[in-house]
Amino acid sequence: MIEKRLLGQIDWLVLTITLSLALIGGLSIFSATYLQEPTLYQRQLYWLLLGMAVMAPLVIVDYSVFERFAYPVFALSIVSLIVALIFGKTVGGAQRWLSLGFISFQPSEFAKIAFITALAKYLSAKEVPPSGMNFRELIIPGVFFAVPFLLVFKQPDLGTALIFFFVFATMMFAVKVRTRTLVFIITVFAVAAPFAWRFLKDYQKARLLSFIDPALDPLGSGYHILQSKIAVGSGGFFGKGFRGGTQGSLLFLPAHHTDFIFPTMAEEWGFIGAITVISLFCLLILRGIGIAASSKDRFAFLLALGITSLLFWHMTINAGMVTGLLPVVGVPMPFLSYGGSFLLSMLAGIALLMNISMRRYIF
Amino acid sequence: MKDYFQDKEPRELKERVFIITWAALFFFFILVARLWYLQVIKASHFKQLSRNNSFRLLKEQAPRGIISDRNGLTLVENRPGFDLSITPEDIPDLERTKNLLIKLTTMDSEAIDERIEKEKGRPPYRPIKLKENLSWEEVVKISAYKFELPGVSIDVGLKRNYKYRDATAHLIGYLGEISEKEYSGYKKMEPNPYSPGDMIGKTGIEVSLEDRISGVNGGKQVEVDAHGRLVSVVKNIRPYPGNNTRLTIDLPTQLAAWEGLKDKAGAVVAIDPRNGKILAMVSAPSFDPNDLSDGLSRKKWEGIITNPFKVLTNRAIQGQYPPASTFKPITAAAALEEGVIGPETKIYAGPSFWFKGHEYRDWKEEGHGTISVHRAIVESADTFFYQVGLKAGLERLSRYAKEFGLGEKTGVALMNEKEGLVPSSEWKKRVYGVPWYEGETVSVSVGQGLLTTTPLQLLNAYSAIANGGTLYLPKLIESIETPEGDVTEKFAPQEKRRVNISQKTLNIIKNALRGVVAEEGGTGHYILNVGGLEIAGKTGTAQVARLKERTKNIYSIPYQLRDHAWFVGFAPFNDPRIAVCVLVEHGGFGASAAAPVALSVIQTYLEGNPDIMARYGLYGAKGGENATPEGENAGSEKPAGKGAL
Repeated sequence: MIEKRLLGQIDWLVLTITLSLALIGGLSIFSATYLQEPTLYQRQLYWLLLGMAVMAPLVIVDYSVFERFAYPVFALSIVSLIVALIFGKTVGGAQRWLSLGFISFQPSEFAKIAFITALAKYLSAKEVPPSGMNFRELIIPGVFFAVPFLLVFKQPDLGTALIFFFVFATMMFAVKVRTRTLVFIITVFAVAAPFAWRFLKDYQKARLLSFIDPALDPLGSGYHILQSKIAVGSGGFFGKGFRGGTQGSLLFLPAHHTDFIFPTMAEEWGFIGAITVISLFCLLILRGIGIAASSKDRFAFLLALGITSLLFWHMTINAGMVTGLLPVVGVPMPFLSYGGSFLLSMLAGIALLMNISMRRYIF
Repeated sequence: MKDYFQDKEPRELKERVFIITWAALFFFFILVARLWYLQVIKASHFKQLSRNNSFRLLKEQAPRGIISDRNGLTLVENRPGFDLSITPEDIPDLERTKNLLIKLTTMDSEAIDERIEKEKGRPPYRPIKLKENLSWEEVVKISAYKFELPGVSIDVGLKRNYKYRDATAHLIGYLGEISEKEYSGYKKMEPNPYSPGDMIGKTGIEVSLEDRISGVNGGKQVEVDAHGRLVSVVKNIRPYPGNNTRLTIDLPTQLAAWEGLKDKAGAVVAIDPRNGKILAMVSAPSFDPNDLSDGLSRKKWEGIITNPFKVLTNRAIQGQYPPASTFKPITAAAALEEGVIGPETKIYAGPSFWFKGHEYRDWKEEGHGTISVHRAIVESADTFFYQVGLKAGLERLSRYAKEFGLGEKTGVALMNEKEGLVPSSEWKKRVYGVPWYEGETVSVSVGQGLLTTTPLQLLNAYSAIANGGTLYLPKLIESIETPEGDVTEKFAPQEKRRVNISQKTLNIIKNALRGVVAEEGGTGHYILNVGGLEIAGKTGTAQVARLKERTKNIYSIPYQLRDHAWFVGFAPFNDPRIAVCVLVEHGGFGASAAAPVALSVIQTYLEGNPDIMARYGLYGAKGGENATPEGENAGSEKPAGKGAL
């Protein structure tokens, strides 16, 4: 199946950027946690090694194989989401984890990749008129999206649910939706929202409000944003130096090794460091779009674009949240944030991207 | 192969790539601009904030709800208390501060280190509590040295005040710091209402009603100066106090029960047989929940949990004892209902009963002669019930015991209630691996052997006899209201089931229980036959160890081997309004050890008890059954007087 000349086509740029970001992540995790959990960064590095082992087959096997199995794999990921909801371990208030005895993982992470693959397969086979898809044609992709979205929302994991939404929106934008249909859908939601509001419980309203305006929750996310901004800002141009940060390592930041790893990094490496990370991401995203644009079939295009948008939205929402541009939602930073399942799913995405990249010039 | 790709060449899609690329670049531009703003333009501002670490979160615990008795007399309230805390990050010279604090307070160096050690790994700048409930003297001294003690603070916090201390300890319970396990248990709730270090109900009503009486915590985002002193309050969210609770307990009755039991080990429970409302619940030996809720030292805590008398056990619902003779009415019910005997069947009840080569003695050396079931209950004739129980058989005895609610939790709103045990032959085979011997049925028929019950279970069974056959779910909570006084929940009586026993049989038993007190030769006659009260009930003496010799002098027996004393009964006979169960561990005879306590409880409830009211400073307060449960006039200046209460 694998030919020698294929190996010559490995996308070294994508691989190098990914590994650089993962190593920066490992360093930041070490710096953030060496006071409390000095061995945590090692676990992240083990995950990185495991992730690279997982990447190999995902790069080598022709992506048409993944296209063939897209639906069953998607169905499996949905089942694991349901199982996690019923039997899952509760961590930090949400049932996101499935325990396999020796290891626990978050099914929602794998569902992201499975969802993109399945949606790419469906949309690639779909004949889209030049004016775009109409409402009826949107129903099936809508179901593809709504099922994992609602299951993740129920956990409750608002951040991941939002990621599903943005990735879905990006992919639908690429295949084009009719302007009239789009306007119709937006109008329906705008009209229905005030009615839905009445059915919410008080605490749900409070959460939504403080989500929109963190100042309403000065003891929770409002405080976290303030501390995060202090961390980023006090880093200045050159930063406080490796292990020189105080905001992150002294626990002023919540989840300082997961969702708030970027401010920890930005405090220690300053504007220079933050710009480096952002630039690496920018390069990666542009390369991803380029891979999509030069791919040779609709499935590959949509898959590459979906994965790129997944990386993009994760990165943008996380960076926006920790710099006080966006409300606090639990969205981690790809490759930098601590978390095994998350790192694995991001690396799997990179592997698929490389897979497509390798085969775009093969005839 | 070539055709395949050409067919699917996604040209039309690629037009959109242009827009997507520029949109992505636009977002990147915003991010870079934001970073430039924060890290370059505003850098010195944030560096300043970071150096001072000047924003802190201070939490403010909500006052817990007040708990009162059925008439609105306060049982538990909150009082202000002064706590000493330090923030080590704000202290330039920790050794010096420590030495000063040792001089100013009653703390020693060890105690301070213990507290600091416990908080290892806490987030920075979170104050460490060193001492709860400072004395007035300590507060004054520390305040005088305020400027020598940066990073040291005295906080006013609300403390639980359990007004009746050990008299209500097991019933109401106590508070303790939330454990890691409890904290993660609450993580399921969104948002988690607790944070580490919060006080939370640990036992009794405090834990049963935790979600209703704990209130909603508030907090402040504050700015402090370099010495940790408050500069300004940035944001403030006020705590919301917990709901107030009215129990079904009648305070004077509860206190009478405690007075009767306090020097002994055992339990007293009283209930209103018409609706299952618990009027009193006491367990002894007891403890002072005020000590426990203040966060006591390790030594004191170890003293409590290693006490051989198990002071934390609520014997009323967790103690499992053989019911002894108090079980005889149930044996009688089984025999009457199943036609083993009729109401007038006379049986010879001698000094002892021989079965399969074993002698089963009667408590009365000379025996009872030939008697019917009525007299058998009145005189508590063991040898009568040995024969009747044996004839009825284990299976039927168990069935009727279960019918009266034995062997199952009553469902009272308290944690860790025990079920007791109603044995069956399959059960014994399964657990012990040996078959049931008929001799054991002889024991069960007089409430001995493997049969055990909690005082509350037994009381509930008698309550059903008293009210004509309704088994209620025992209730402890009358109503719950908001701090503003709006009643949010009212708890109506709840019937578990009708006991499946004929009125005729119930009447025979009820009359016999009256006979125990009213008739010559009844086991409760001498102590309980008080005019006007019309008490009915049954004494019991549960064998702990089989003694070779009969003796009436219980002091000649080692304490651990002395019998448990029971009395269960109700009053007034014609219209029972209170049922009481008294158990005295190793108390000797039921009639002499348990019955007087029951008498005092019944008397207090039905007629009032000025003596108790005076002793506990309840002048003019309402109490006893004649008080209206609304308690509008509670606390008025009316002088205490019998009948007026």
